[in-house]
Amino acid sequence: MGRASALRLAEEGARTVVVDVVPASGEETLAMVRAGGGTGMFLEVDVSDWVAVESMVQRVLGTYGAIHILHNNVGVAKMKSAHETSEEEWDYILRVTLKSVYLCCKAVIPGMIEQGGGSIIQTASVLGLDVSPRLAAYCAAKGAVVNLTRSMAKDYATRGIRVNCICPSDIDSPRRRANESEERRKFLLSRLPMDRYGQPEEMAEAVLWLASDASSYVTGAVLPVDGGFLA
Amino acid sequence: MRLRDRVAIITGAGSGIGRESALLFSEEGARVVVVDIAEEAARETAEMIGKDAVPIKVDVSRWEETEYMVEETVRRFGSLDILFNNAGIDLPQATTVVETTEADWDRILDVNLKGVFLGARHALPVMMAQGHGIIINTASKAGLRGPRRESAYGASKAGVVLLTRQMAMDYGSYNIRVNCICPGALEKPTIDRRTLLEQQPGALDERNRRVSQWVPLGRLCTAKDVAYAALYLASDESSHVTGASLEV
Repeated sequence: MGRASALRLAEEGARTVVVDVVPASGEETLAMVRAGGGTGMFLEVDVSDWVAVESMVQRVLGTYGAIHILHNNVGVAKMKSAHETSEEEWDYILRVTLKSVYLCCKAVIPGMIEQGGGSIIQTASVLGLDVSPRLAAYCAAKGAVVNLTRSMAKDYATRGIRVNCICPSDIDSPRRRANESEERRKFLLSRLPMDRYGQPEEMAEAVLWLASDASSYVTGAVLPVDGGFLA
Repeated sequence: MRLRDRVAIITGAGSGIGRESALLFSEEGARVVVVDIAEEAARETAEMIGKDAVPIKVDVSRWEETEYMVEETVRRFGSLDILFNNAGIDLPQATTVVETTEADWDRILDVNLKGVFLGARHALPVMMAQGHGIIINTASKAGLRGPRRESAYGASKAGVVLLTRQMAMDYGSYNIRVNCICPGALEKPTIDRRTLLEQQPGALDERNRRVSQWVPLGRLCTAKDVAYAALYLASDESSHVTGASLEV
């Protein structure tokens, strides 16, 4: 999803800063951006760490002078019920999925205020509003991301900063197709009125709309891009 | 006696909603474990109740302390029927995201959200083995919509709402019900906010007057209002209610 978002925004002329903890993947995304005629850079950053996040923002401001769009797309899940979840697992999922959003926004917003505006998009999840078996920490984290989005939208609305989130349901991927059991697939599809998974490119279209001026009156929105899951 | 002989842990029971709930549950026949990070306050609540009330000092954000809370309850009373994860904090200086320090963010999330997880984490195996159990979490209306100038608080309470629903889904088949209560603004705010307001004469009354304008019933929520909601969710009368966010 992050890759699709980077490519779509770059396609529309954005100078795209690709951020990931896995350099190989991040570099690959940047190469694809450039192959498509776009420009950008790759930064290896653990966005759950304040010092790293602050440094990331300084680097980007140093190179490009401004940050207009922030897409907080990182999240991790473990299929564990509450009583199966260890303290370490809880802390990890909440730190990477929720706290990273707080840290990146805290680092980026002051610059956006100075320049008179910006657009912040979170990849939340349908599981920030509704729930699923054996995903206790993940649902809690995504629920918090949704409401944090709404709060930030209200707090920064008069500063020209729009803050929104998208709620994907299940996304297709090569790894999923390789590893997923037929039983699990049947269960997931049974909840999707469109009877298929979403494509990362379909998420990227929503991100693009929210990032651009075309959505100029949209803030605090919790936009399902979910094949009808939440309907 | 709607809770005859039921064993209930109530966190944050040294004051406010927790104290009112402890008194009410006890009146209805429950044996109450009065939990608070403020040891003296917990003891005070237990003394107000009298017999069958056990005070325990617990920081709900800590694994070992919540584990002890559950173990000690089972040791003393033989079971754990109701867990009321009510402990929560509201730090008035943690307003917008930019104005919220990392330390305050962590503390609010640790007590309000992780504290609910930890209580449930230790209570669930006991309840699963028993074949029954009730978990009630104090969330907030601020967890249902984005509140202004309390980002960390709103995020933590939304996390509680979703965690509540998710646990309801996973543990219904074990005859364990999990619900949360979403109070609106309280007539008596939580300690940190109240302390700040009380520093200026008239500030609390002014805040109450201003906030109650938005309330259809024209008055703010009391601790007793929430205690009665908790009683309903703790009793057999709500036996088909799980995964609910009850707004008060």
